[in-house]
Amino acid sequence: MAHQILQYMLSGLSTGAIYSLIGIGFAIIYNSTGIINFAQGEFVMLGGMLTYVFLALFDFPLPAAMGLAVVLTTAVGVVFERLAIRPLRNATPLSLVIITIGGSILIRGIAMLQFGKDTHAIPAFSSNEPLTLAGATVLPQHLWILGITLCIIAVNRFFFFHTINGKAMRACSHNRRAASLVGIGVKRMVLISFAISSAMGSVAGIITAPLTMTSYDVGIMLGLKGFCAAIIGGMSSGIGTVFGGLLLGVLESLGAGLISSGYKDAIAFIILLLILFIRPQGLFRKAETERV
Amino acid sequence: MTGKTGKSVKTAMLALGLLLLTAAGAWSAPPIKIGGLFSITGPASFLGEPERNTAQMVVNEINAAGGIKGRKLQLIAYDTQGDATRAVQAATRLIKEDRVVAIVGPSTTGDTMAVIPLVQRAEIPLVSCAAGIRITEPVKPWVFKTAQNDYLAVQRIYEHLTRKRIKRIALLTVSDSFGSSGREQLKSQAKRYGMEIVSDDTYGPKDTDMTPQLTKIRGGKAQALICWGTNPGPALIARNAKQLGVKLPLYMSHGVSSKKFIDLAGGAAEGIILPSGRVLVADLLPKSDKQKKALLSFVRDYQKHFRAEGDHFGGHAWDAVMLLKGAIERGGDSPAAIRNQLEKTRNFAGIGGIFSYSPTDHSGLTKDAFVMLEVRGKDWALLK
Amino acid sequence: MLKGNKNLVTYGMLSGIVMLAPLFFAGGYLLNVLVFVGINTLLAVALNLLLGFAGQISLGHAAFFGLGAYISGVSTATYGVNPWAAMLLAAVAVGLVAFAIGFPILKLKGHYLAMATLGFGIIVYIVFNETVDLTGGPSGLSGIPSFTVADFSFDSDMKNYYLIWGITLVAIVLSANLVNSRIGRALRSIHSSEVAARVMGVNVRLLKVQIFTLSAVLSSIAGSLYAHTMTFISPTSFGFNFSVELLTMVVIGGLGSILGPLLGAGLLTLLPEFLRTFQDYDIIVYGLLLVLMTMYLPGGLASGFTAMCARIRSRFSREVVKNAQG
Repeated sequence: MAHQILQYMLSGLSTGAIYSLIGIGFAIIYNSTGIINFAQGEFVMLGGMLTYVFLALFDFPLPAAMGLAVVLTTAVGVVFERLAIRPLRNATPLSLVIITIGGSILIRGIAMLQFGKDTHAIPAFSSNEPLTLAGATVLPQHLWILGITLCIIAVNRFFFFHTINGKAMRACSHNRRAASLVGIGVKRMVLISFAISSAMGSVAGIITAPLTMTSYDVGIMLGLKGFCAAIIGGMSSGIGTVFGGLLLGVLESLGAGLISSGYKDAIAFIILLLILFIRPQGLFRKAETERV
Repeated sequence: MTGKTGKSVKTAMLALGLLLLTAAGAWSAPPIKIGGLFSITGPASFLGEPERNTAQMVVNEINAAGGIKGRKLQLIAYDTQGDATRAVQAATRLIKEDRVVAIVGPSTTGDTMAVIPLVQRAEIPLVSCAAGIRITEPVKPWVFKTAQNDYLAVQRIYEHLTRKRIKRIALLTVSDSFGSSGREQLKSQAKRYGMEIVSDDTYGPKDTDMTPQLTKIRGGKAQALICWGTNPGPALIARNAKQLGVKLPLYMSHGVSSKKFIDLAGGAAEGIILPSGRVLVADLLPKSDKQKKALLSFVRDYQKHFRAEGDHFGGHAWDAVMLLKGAIERGGDSPAAIRNQLEKTRNFAGIGGIFSYSPTDHSGLTKDAFVMLEVRGKDWALLK
Repeated sequence: MLKGNKNLVTYGMLSGIVMLAPLFFAGGYLLNVLVFVGINTLLAVALNLLLGFAGQISLGHAAFFGLGAYISGVSTATYGVNPWAAMLLAAVAVGLVAFAIGFPILKLKGHYLAMATLGFGIIVYIVFNETVDLTGGPSGLSGIPSFTVADFSFDSDMKNYYLIWGITLVAIVLSANLVNSRIGRALRSIHSSEVAARVMGVNVRLLKVQIFTLSAVLSSIAGSLYAHTMTFISPTSFGFNFSVELLTMVVIGGLGSILGPLLGAGLLTLLPEFLRTFQDYDIIVYGLLLVLMTMYLPGGLASGFTAMCARIRSRFSREVVKNAQG
């Protein structure tokens, strides 16, 4: 039984790491613009699908295909911001959310027509031989996922706390007007936030594709889960969301293994709702007094 | 590759359009209109797309060969997106606006159940491409289907297990209409074959990790695992099972009987056993097989038009259009005549099997429609 | 008083258009689509009460719609309850559920509220899928009877059209009255500033839960209407995607406007039918239109509609003035 639990935990952590990565993408855009970006999941899809396209159709080596996929996805994110988000200065956050919904439908539609409706597999980064760990097994790809996620989170933290742009972005997320008053280019920060989020989303899509395969419609579900991770983490672009993603992954996995596989998502959501009911301000935020 | 397929589909369509235009000038008799309802987009697009392609291809061929008794056939196909509401709207449009004499599809059981009240009231024959048993049981006068019933596949699997003296099984089914229908049949027929279901798990159609379910199954007492789903879920399960070192023989449903499954599962597909229509092994069949001629021509044509392998999903649409063609040839193009003639169809050798409809059987197939296949050396091998 | 008269004229015209529309579409398939426009309008009106006036987001309204449909469907198809009684039963049950979960859920704000309603929607969706013995599971539930009055059965698009649009029009008028009443003003005060509202003596918490409940009950009625019109239901119609589509209808139509839900639901329900000519490209056109409409009509279709009316009126009055002078 013990090694079964360990297996559930390991499976949950590796799925959860992906949720965290996607969640941080949500949080970064939310903090700089106040938008919940429903197109976040499509960046994840683009990462995986573009890698497949470069691999299978153009015969690129894997690292080159991955690099190009990240660059292209980032470009899509930037273009999306320039064309659809920036021109709207006085729009309410809600209409911006609807724009991101429209954008996600558009991106998904184009991917479907260009790359077809089939699911595709891409090869693992290194060997496919399972490793045994105290009765539980993991694949080398799981280690890649955990390792790359940790790296990205570390880089992210460095960026936000030790570089001038990162600090400026944090300033924007606290108070946009004050930030622009001290000379921070808020528009540029929004653009950067879209660039970072889409790059992170594409990385998440690439590192999971060898395990879970990819198709034009994988973005919806992964986006949803990432969104939940970000909210449990209090929309933080740091450790809170990482914890949120891991918690969600582990809850799903334990729910499926120990209680009922059919209700696993329901179990995870019931627990999340209970957490929210007990701490309406999220797990990681101190209760704030509302400005009147 | 997929991009190319898309383009060639479009060229094929364009060619067809031109053909129809020129034909319309040369032929004075109005075409016979048949409707198509396929889930061309949405979660069930892996069914709807090959079905739409095939139906269009067959109609083109019939027209190229002179139509039915000198009259052209025209296919009007709409996308249901696998959504019941849209299916009803599209079916209403086919019946009221386009005034079709018969309908092929829908692709999924849910969409079919949604449009049944409509076609029953409008008295338009419907030949569904979905598998669910509730479509034709109880028999509805205007509703037929071409996809093999799930219980026939279940019987095949249980017979195979019995021969291997396996009694305790674990189920892992997808929570959509395909999986839940399979699960229902697996459970209801277990007793007849003396099977004991030791665990009964499900997974979501968009799930990306099934190791928790498999870990649980690995720790249980099952002697074999039966998985019921459509791509990509079962391919993930095969890979996850390999990762976890699950040693149980793995049985899949006919939902994954296409080359795509072997591509996706990679090495993990080796040794997996499943029931399937004959289309995958058309060239391996003995000459005496009645379906062989139809199968080979379908596979060859599909390859020619779409540069992709014809699978049995497309085959359901092939059968549906050919059954309609036969009925129209025998009895004319009024909906009532088509219905009556469909019901009189005997021993039609199609892609899915040999169809014999009757007033008490509108699904038309027996368990002979399935053969058992095993994945060996990245290809299908026929099991005796 | 003047405003009241103007509204009366608007509603009169609206009802007239709605009641006469079938004459142009009789026998055609568009009538069938208009039936669904009616159902979606009712849903959009319900969500607009919550989102547009009280400013509370919900990403789980498809759940209330689905609960209404399933309670109606199961109680009539399986247990032989009369459809009208089933609709009432569903409305009461959904109202109770909404009232109960309203208190903890509406304590949350902003994205936490979005997440909680989304979670609720997903849980309900999973229950529809998993309770196979009761709901038929993913394969759906068929054999739901139509509404009947004595020997008269609502079994055609035409009959259902009048039934559904009748109820929807009543809901539009009721919601307009509610919004222009004391309660409506209190609601809008919550929207602008909850603290200020509380200071002015509005029982914010109770009011939010009440409007949430009303919104859920209207959605449940829409669900019952859907179930008895379709006579078949399956879980996929009530998933997260549909919640998002509803949200889109309300925002595209125009938040906090009375006609907005009608315009938004009408457009988004009819659009896919008109886009069928684009064949496989319909999804791209749909996405593009969504983005463009939000960009160029940030206040929604209703504001665009009002602006257009105003322009016509001002031109008309200028003409009148000119004529008078000339």
